[in-house]
This record gives sequence, structure tokens and C-alpha cells, in this order.
Amino acid sequence: MKPLKIADRTFTSRLFTGTGKFASNEKMEAAIATSGSQMVTVAMKRIRTEDKNDDMLRHILRPDIQLLPNTSGVRDAKEAVFAARLSREAFGTNWLKLEIHPDPRYLLPDPVETLKATEELAKLGFIVLPYCQADPVLCKRLENAGAATVMPLGAPIGTNRGLQTREFLRIIIEQSNIPVVVDAGIGAPSHAAEAMEMGADAVLVNTAIAVAGDPVEMAKAFKTAVEAGRMAYEAGLPGQGFTAEASSPLTAFLN
Amino acid sequence: MFSEELDRYSWEDTTRRIYAKTAADVEAALRKSHLDVEDFMALISPAAAPYLEQMAALSRRYTLQRFGKTMSLYIPLYITNSCTNFCVYCGFNHDNPFQRTILTEEEIVNELHAIKKLGNFENLLIVTGENPKDAGVDYLERALKLAHPLFSNLTIEVMPLKAEEYERLTHAGLHGVVCFQETYNRARYNVYHPKGMKSKFEWRLNGFDRMGQANVHKIGMGVLIGLEEWRTDVTMMAHHLRYLQHHYWQTKYSVNFPRMRPSEGHFQPNVVLEDRELAQLIFAFRIFDHDVDISISTRESAVFRDNILPLGVTSMSAGSKTEPGGYYTYPQALEQFHISDERTPAEVADAIRAKGYEPVWKDWDGWL
Repeated sequence: MKPLKIADRTFTSRLFTGTGKFASNEKMEAAIATSGSQMVTVAMKRIRTEDKNDDMLRHILRPDIQLLPNTSGVRDAKEAVFAARLSREAFGTNWLKLEIHPDPRYLLPDPVETLKATEELAKLGFIVLPYCQADPVLCKRLENAGAATVMPLGAPIGTNRGLQTREFLRIIIEQSNIPVVVDAGIGAPSHAAEAMEMGADAVLVNTAIAVAGDPVEMAKAFKTAVEAGRMAYEAGLPGQGFTAEASSPLTAFLN
Repeated sequence: MFSEELDRYSWEDTTRRIYAKTAADVEAALRKSHLDVEDFMALISPAAAPYLEQMAALSRRYTLQRFGKTMSLYIPLYITNSCTNFCVYCGFNHDNPFQRTILTEEEIVNELHAIKKLGNFENLLIVTGENPKDAGVDYLERALKLAHPLFSNLTIEVMPLKAEEYERLTHAGLHGVVCFQETYNRARYNVYHPKGMKSKFEWRLNGFDRMGQANVHKIGMGVLIGLEEWRTDVTMMAHHLRYLQHHYWQTKYSVNFPRMRPSEGHFQPNVVLEDRELAQLIFAFRIFDHDVDISISTRESAVFRDNILPLGVTSMSAGSKTEPGGYYTYPQALEQFHISDERTPAEVADAIRAKGYEPVWKDWDGWL
């Protein structure tokens, strides 16, 4: 499998993981380790940044893991930029998962504010990974604004409904010059495999692992699915025939 | 304003319709993934009682999916029991002859530090009575400013304010506002709230619109169960929640179901909500709304709280004192209501872990 390059960093794992909703920090740590994930996102608001021994953070930080602080909770670009500056200071990283969802029910991303914040943060030197709608035009605009990846959603966060947006994801993947990470809605390993087979560069999974009966086993299942999907994509999936081939070809008279 | 919408729902007719719900209505509601208020009425009706186990499973599933295996913790801080209202059921009633307390700034700071010693609390609920002259918005603003450096998430439970007052407080660090309508029965509201500002039904009811207009992050709702027919009251609250969600879509909502117990003080509740019914109500509300925060206070027993926690509830208080100065200044003062779960915050956190859930102390940042 080809490694994934984002900004100046290379990842051999194409499974990004989240840190919310786990039954304990120990379970989270074990699940992440098993997933092989090298990119782990954490909500800044969950961390006591002034506390060097924050219980959650110390279960996440590992040399092979890129910490990806996220701005969950901010409602507009202004708050996001403020959050990014605090994050850089607190975590010592330029990497940022930009999440602006002013709607607290479905946590859907605000396209206007996300684009605005991406422009501004890229200028400030941040490596911006914006969570966004599966909107191909918006994804091109984010790319032009300096985003390091785009992270379009498969379905609303936490719904486990899979790739409801697959038609648009296909177009985004076709058009993008930066990595496409399918974020949100992936509820089963088969969904992750499907995204990877389509040519997504990576997927981000949180709820499906965190609330599984056995999060560690589920992490392993996702790891395997992501690898299988990627291998299939790289091997070149045969196209699907759209009709059966007639035994007497319809165009035989042309021969 | 919601008062106009509430006029469209007849209390008597709603009550009749709830009691007319059948097993078929309950089953239809349970098959839906997005319920309307009529479905909710079926789930809280007596017809749903035999479906309690199925409701619990469904409620747990929705809660797990949306909130994961986590439980948010908060603690209340009563800063004054001075009150100019005459709520017939309340220990802080103006007619009650006891020495009133309005904590000084120094006392508030002492309380805040005492709370920090009790646990890792970051979610603080500041509570007052209603005394705009001696403990008004200026006082609240000072209290919020004192708490802001120490707690990342500040909520108030105080008298209804003007929209511009709520907005002013957001600049002092205010995140959320909790207000209980007590009852939505307009015709009977003044039986319980005969005098004072609280006797103004519409001012209180439309306070939620004013919170929304002021763009507070979170609005907490509740009815006091023990006054009127609880099924009708919570149905009206469900209408109210839907109304607020449509109008103030950037705001988060929480609900709370405080119930009066027969033994609690001089006022005897008109209706008693049994444990089974409270559980049914919690499940029904979660099935009705997958995203709303459902909070359960130390008013409920440790046993009930421990068992209900994976089934729909998302936030709990712990270590609460319901008298001003109760953590440090005046540990013996008069409580507003009786605490049933008297465990320490560490014990509550252990009980949460024992259920396979992670106690979450911090889920917000003060600058947000």
C-alpha cells in the first residue's frame, strides 16, 4: 500500500481515529493502539490544557501518533481562529482539524465560516484539515484556500449510517488534488472499505469503535477493512458490467 | 413567542388524548426513528407501561450512539436564598421566616475554592432566588466573573431576565441558562405562584425565547413534577422544546424532571411520580429527542441514579449543597430541597466507572 502524505508527514495507516465517547481512557488507548492509527483527533474542550498530566491527553500522546486537535464547540470563523491559536500554544502543533458546526443537534458543518477560517488559518501557517459537507464545489474552494486535506462527511456525525453522500464523495475524490478523508457517519467496517475502494485517501472513525461492545476488536476490524479497501483500490477494481453479455451479440450484424 | 403557540394546545384536550392512547399507538411510535409530539404522548401514556423494557433498550441505544459511554458531571452553587416570591412549595418562599443569605464576593470565592477541592468540577451551576433589588443582574455578573477563571462552563438558574441582560452575562462568561417553567397549566399556575414576579406566567414562559434571542449556548428546561398532571406538563414541554429548536437552532437544550417527594417539607405534592414512571418518562424523552441533554440531580437516590445512568441520562450533579454557603461559609444553612444522593463526587465518579462509563468533568472551554 502506498503511504499517505499530508503536508510534510507520511502515514502508513489510513485510518484516523477519534477519542470521544469511550467508556474509559484506558479502553480508548488500547483501541487506538490496535487500530494502528497514526492520526488521532481530540476535542480541545475536553482537555485541561493547563494540566500537563491531563488524564485524557496522556492516554493519547505517542511518538508515532500525529495529534490532531479539533475545534469542536466553536460557532464561527472568528472563534475557530482563536481556538487554533490556543491549540498551537497548548499542544505545540500546527495541525488542526477545523470543525465549525453551529448546529448542536446534527453537528453539520457551516460551509461559509469553514471556508473563511481555512483561508485565514492557512495564511497563519496552520495545517488545516477541515470537516465539511460532501459538496464538490466547496471542497475545491477549500483546496484553493490552502486546506491540507478535505474531510467531507458520509452522514451526520455519530449516526453510523454509512456513505449516504456517496455520489458527491465520488466527484470530490475525482476532482481533488489534496487527500480526501471521509469523516463522520462511518458505522461499520464495510462502510470504511467502501470509501477506500472508491479512492478516498483515508477515513476517520470514532463512534463506531468507541461504543462497540468490544472497542479493541472493532478497531482491529476497521484496520483490516481500511487496508482491504485500499489494496483493492490500488490493485484496480474491475468495472462492474451493466448488462449481461448476450450469447448472440446484438451488434454481430456489423461484423 | 411561545406563549402564542401554547394557546393553541388545550390542557384538557391534551390530557384526554394522552389517556386515550392505545398499545397500537405505542407500537407505532416505537417503530419510528423520528417522533412527533403525538408519538411522545403515546410513550408517556399508561398504555406504554407494558413496553418499559423495550423503551429502555431503545433509549439506551440512542443515548449510546449520540453521547457514547460518558457521563457529564456538574455541581450547583447557591449564592443566595433571598427571594421575593411566594411559591407555595418552596423552602425559600418569602413567607418562611428564616435568616436570608446573600453571599459576599469573598464568600463566593471561598465557596468556589471549596468546590474545586471536592472534585475536578468544570461545570458549575450558579443558583439564586429572585431578588432583583439586592441580588440582581449586577450581582450575577460579579459572581460569574469570579467563577470564570476557575470553571470552564458556567450556567445560571435564576429569575427570568431580559434578553439584553442575558446577553450582558454571556460577556461575563455565561454559557447556559436553566429555568423551570414549573407548570405549563396557565389556569392553575397562580395557585402555586400567587405573588411576586414569578406570578407572571408569560414573563417566565417567554424567558426561553429571550435566552434564544440572546444566543446563550445552552437552555435548560423543566417542569416541577408534583403540581399538575405530569403527563400533560411534559407534553407541553415537548412542544416547547420543538418550538425552541426551530427558532434558535444554534442552541443546545437540556431537560430535567425534578419530582417532589411526599415527605419533603410542608407542601404535599398533588401528584406523585413513581420510579417506574420517571424511568418511562426519561426513556420516552430520549426516544422523542436523541440529542437533548437529560440531567438528573442529587434529588434522586443513589440507587436510582446508578441504575438509570446508562439508559438515557447524560448529565448528573454530585456532592451538591442546596444552601448558600453550604460548601464552606455556612455548612448548616437551610436547604432549598432535600438531597437524596449524599455521596461525594469521587464516589459518584466511581459508581459511573463501575457501570462502564467515563465521568466527564470538562467538555467546554471558558473562552468559547
